[in-house]
Amino acid sequence: MDAVKRYFRSPAAVIGLVLLLLVIAMAASATWLYPRDPLALAGRPLVWPFANPRFPLGTDNSGRDIAAQIFYGARISLLIGGVATAIAIAIGVLVGAFAGYYGGWVDNILMRITEAFQTLPNFVLLLVLVAVFGSTLTTVTIAVGFVSWPAPARLTRAEFLSLRNREFVQAGRTLGMKDLQLILGEILPNALPPVIVYASVVMAVAILLESALAFLRLSDPNVASWGNLIGLGRDVLRVQWYVSAIPGVAILVTVLAVSLVGQGLNDALNPRLKSR
Amino acid sequence: MRILSLAGRRLAASIPTLVLILIGVFLLLQLAPGDTVDAMMAQMGGGDAATARELRHFYGLDLSIPLQLANYLWRLVRLDLGFSSIYGKPVATVILERLPPTLLLMTASLSFAFFFGLLFGVFAARRVNKWPDTLISTLGLVFYATPSFWFGLMAIVVFSIYLQWLPPGGFEDIGNVHTGLSRMLDIAGHLVLPTLTLGLIFLAIYLRIMRASMLEVLNLDFVRTARAKGLDETHVITRHVLRNALLPMVTLIGLQAGTMLGGSVVVESVFSLPGLGRLAYESVVQRDLNTLLGIVFVSALLVIAVNFIVDLLYARLDPRISAEG
Repeated sequence: MDAVKRYFRSPAAVIGLVLLLLVIAMAASATWLYPRDPLALAGRPLVWPFANPRFPLGTDNSGRDIAAQIFYGARISLLIGGVATAIAIAIGVLVGAFAGYYGGWVDNILMRITEAFQTLPNFVLLLVLVAVFGSTLTTVTIAVGFVSWPAPARLTRAEFLSLRNREFVQAGRTLGMKDLQLILGEILPNALPPVIVYASVVMAVAILLESALAFLRLSDPNVASWGNLIGLGRDVLRVQWYVSAIPGVAILVTVLAVSLVGQGLNDALNPRLKSR
Repeated sequence: MRILSLAGRRLAASIPTLVLILIGVFLLLQLAPGDTVDAMMAQMGGGDAATARELRHFYGLDLSIPLQLANYLWRLVRLDLGFSSIYGKPVATVILERLPPTLLLMTASLSFAFFFGLLFGVFAARRVNKWPDTLISTLGLVFYATPSFWFGLMAIVVFSIYLQWLPPGGFEDIGNVHTGLSRMLDIAGHLVLPTLTLGLIFLAIYLRIMRASMLEVLNLDFVRTARAKGLDETHVITRHVLRNALLPMVTLIGLQAGTMLGGSVVVESVFSLPGLGRLAYESVVQRDLNTLLGIVFVSALLVIAVNFIVDLLYARLDPRISAEG
């Protein structure tokens, strides 16, 4: 309960939470507010925002409702961000746990692989994956997750290194617990909180990665994604700059919200770090 | 001498990483539908099966996968990256042509981000929890959350379309041929917006790290001693605090080198700069996997090189490191 109180004492964390709830509400209400396909033609192309009450945020190059695309885009961003983060954390925790627990040659090999992944620029690896496996919603999500695991792996490894010889682990060992039991049942629950907090960083980066991919038209073109809309707006940037401007603000707000919530959680759960 | 042996050790340690990356990417590309010959045939507008078989034999594509991998690695050792059928040139030549704008952009962005990150970080730490600190930290958070391609587009709208101060894209003016100093100024003008765009997110990161490490060092005993000796505050900051607070900043350059290279793919596409990142994008769109693989190799080399330089710099800033070895 102390942690909750500490969380709500920080204005930045509260603002982040409110923004995040707003984005989630947008995602949840998309079908209800806009029952039609957001990618269907709705009216005249390139209507400026506020010019026609039917389209509060205007229409894009081909006459599709921008507001509808923003609402549906919230879904895509949260979905890709969430699932990719889950994938990255799962791989990272697995690799980090084994490396940190066993040490020695297991650690050596796993850390070499992690290092190799970190040497390769994330986005370049993402391009290779998209070039090889194509760019459907599923492949893009998995690819974004797959390029984001090294940092959580390093974090998990560090936690395991500091926990693996504590008394409670040695007690478990004396009781005859197997390695897997110790890793999953004893050490992991203690190692997980900082990794979960770090997930917000992974998610923020994942959302930015996908939007950049979509902007370059290398993500799934058949879904209403904010990045797609920005890429589209680029063709009419000279005069109708609002087509690109609006979805960019949406990405900015979402990433900011995720980062603020993550930071708030971190400060609430590790109050000692905050006081420094 | 110590630095030299440290350098040698670090370089040797990066070889397994490089080999691992290449094997991984090579195997990944085996999963891709179609191969170079398919791409070439498509380029030529189709052809019969016999020609395809001959071409496959010529490029060694009919060998077993381990043999192909061995061939590929052996060619890489001799810096032969293969032939790009799309550009009609050896991949190494194409990459070398595209390297200078990217290196220029990366150096400029890094300097910009490092310098202003340091400045703002120190400024915020000196006024911790007062309004300048809050303002700087908030701006840092917003910069961090801004998608770089979007910032680039908005910068084009403001500075190129409305104010017409800076060119909206390209590496230099193609219309009038500049020479010497005026060419340099022309290129610099073209690089202002891309540099800001690529550097912004790193500025945000550097600023946060600098602020945190300044706050940490300011509380250490030797700073108290320096102040107790009666040194003035500027002297304490520049001579005692800064040198120690810089260490995490320098580490970060190495860690962020890959991210920056990835970011240049997007930024170069926004500003149509003829660099390595733009080349990576083009080779994905045109399915030129040979070139893509070459870019992966070169970017890994670049990241390793940056990390290597950072390590040497680190050893100079903190003599304990080379002594411990």
